Amino acid sequence: MGLPNASGDLSTEVEVDAFRRLFPLRLYEKHLLESIRPDARPLGRARETTIALGAVASANGSALAKIGSTTMLAAIKMEVMTPSLETPDEGCIAIDFHMPPICSPIVRPGRPDEAAPVVAKQLSDTILSSGMINLKELSLVSGKAAWMAYLDIYCLDVDGALFDTALLSVVAAFSYLEIPVPVVSLNDDGKIVLSEEQGLSDREPVNKEKRKINLSSIPFSLTCVLHKNYILADPTAEEESIMDTIVTVVLDSSSQLVSLHKPGGTVLAYTSAIQDCIALTRQRVKELQKILEEAISGMEVD
Amino acid sequence: MEVDGEDGRTQNQLRPLACSHNILYRAHGSASWSLRTRTLRKQTGQIDNLLKSHLMRMRPWLNGNKEALEFKFLHVWEWFRYSGLPVRVQLLEEEYEMILKRTLQSICLLTINPNTTTSIIIQVINDDGALLSCAINAACVALVDAGIPTEHLAVAICCCVAKSGCKMKAFAYLAFLNCVHSVLPEGSSSVQGEPIEHGIVTSVTNDIMSEDNYFYSLERGRAASVRVVRVSQEELATALN
Repeated sequence: MGLPNASGDLSTEVEVDAFRRLFPLRLYEKHLLESIRPDARPLGRARETTIALGAVASANGSALAKIGSTTMLAAIKMEVMTPSLETPDEGCIAIDFHMPPICSPIVRPGRPDEAAPVVAKQLSDTILSSGMINLKELSLVSGKAAWMAYLDIYCLDVDGALFDTALLSVVAAFSYLEIPVPVVSLNDDGKIVLSEEQGLSDREPVNKEKRKINLSSIPFSLTCVLHKNYILADPTAEEESIMDTIVTVVLDSSSQLVSLHKPGGTVLAYTSAIQDCIALTRQRVKELQKILEEAISGMEVD
Repeated sequence: MEVDGEDGRTQNQLRPLACSHNILYRAHGSASWSLRTRTLRKQTGQIDNLLKSHLMRMRPWLNGNKEALEFKFLHVWEWFRYSGLPVRVQLLEEEYEMILKRTLQSICLLTINPNTTTSIIIQVINDDGALLSCAINAACVALVDAGIPTEHLAVAICCCVAKSGCKMKAFAYLAFLNCVHSVLPEGSSSVQGEPIEHGIVTSVTNDIMSEDNYFYSLERGRAASVRVVRVSQEELATALN
C-alpha cells in the first residue's frame, strides 16, 4: 500500500470501503468540502423519519419511531396509585430507558452502554420540564387516587441521534395515549378500590369515554455534530464516533429553548455556531410536527 | 432588573470562591473548590458547596495508544431532599461523569502517556447548587496539581434565569476555555472574530428558557468566568512558589 501523497489521495489506490475504515475522517472531510455527506445527504438534512402509533396493543399508548435506522419503541401503561403528600392533586410519570443488547454490538447483557443513563436523564428532564403534560390532568380523586404513567422506552437499533428518536417516540406515544376509565368505589374498610373497566360487555358497543391527554407545547429535538466550520445535522453512529462534538437542541412548539446540551468535545461552539444549530432545529421542529400530525390523522381514519 | 437573592446577592455577584490544592496525601493531585453561601436570616452555620477532587494514576491499563480518563462522581445522598428517589441521584451521577469526561478529554493531552488510565474522583461534600461547574473547576485545579500536562484548562460557571421575585426558572451550566493566551501580553487570538475564550466547551441547560435569555446568560457567564479564572490562577501561582 502506497504512502499518502501530499494531497492525501490514497483513494485512487484503495477501495472506498477500505479507505472509509482506515481514514474515516479524511473521507468525511473530502465530502464536506463539497457540502455533502458520503450517504449523499446535504449537511443540514435529517434522515427519513417515520412514526408508527399503537405499536404495542396491550399498552395504553405506544409508538415506534425511526429516524434513519435508529429505532425506539415507547410504551405507556397506566396504573392507579395514591399521590404523594406534597402533591395531592398531581399524577406521576415514571420514565425508564432501556438499551437491550439487540440494539448494538457494543452493548452486552450485564454491561450497560455508557450512553444509556445519560439519554435516560436527558429524557426525563426534558419531558418533565417542558410542561408537555400537565400532571394535574392525571389526578382522579384529589389526595386519594391519581394515575401513574409507566413510560418505558426501548432502544431497538442504534445508529446515531438516540435522544432525538427517543423523544419523538415518547411524544408520539403520549399523543396516542388513551386513559382508561376506572370505576372508583369504597370497599368495606372504607378504602378506595378501583377496578378498571375494560369494556367486556357484549351487549352494548364499547363506548366508554376514554380520555385523551392534552399535550401543550410539545418538545422536538435535533442533534448536530460540529466539525471545524461545518455543522452536520442528525449524525449517524459512524459520524458521531469520528467527530466527537455533539450538540443537542430541544425546542418546543412556541420556540422556547427547552434544553441545549453540549457535553464537551474538541470543537468549541461560538455564538454563531449555536445560532445555526438553533435555526436548523427550528426547521426540523416544523418537519416533525407535520410527520406527527400525519401519523395521528392516519390512525383516526381507522 | 436588580434581583436580590435570598443571601443578599445582586444579579452579577458571585458567591465567595475558595480554592485549595494538594490537600490529600495519597493522591497524585487533589483540589478542593467551594462556594460559600451566606444565609442572612439563619445565623447558625454556613452552607457550603464543597467539592474535593483527587487524581490517581493506574497502570497499566491497555487502551491502545492513548491514555484514558476515567471519572467517578460521588454525590452525597441527602435523603430528605430527594425523598426516597435514589434513582435520580444515580442518573445524575452518571450524567455528570459523562459530561466531565467529555469536557476534560478535549482539554487534556492524552498522547503523552500511553497505556495508562488517569482516574479522577470527585466527592461532593455539600451540595448547594452550581454543582457541575464546581466539579469542573475542581477537576482542572487537581489536574494541574498532579502535574498532568494539559493543552488548556476549563472554567465553568452556572447562570440562572430568574423570574421576578427571584424564583429561579431555569439555569445553564457553561464551561469556557481558560487558556494560556489570557495571560500573554499579546492578547488572545481570535477565531471568526470572536476571541478563543468565548468558545463554549460545555453547555448544559435545565428547564425552559427563551433563546434570548440563553444568549444573555452566555454573555454574563463569560464575564463572570474572568473572575473565576483569576481565583484559580492565584491559587495555582502560590503552588509554584
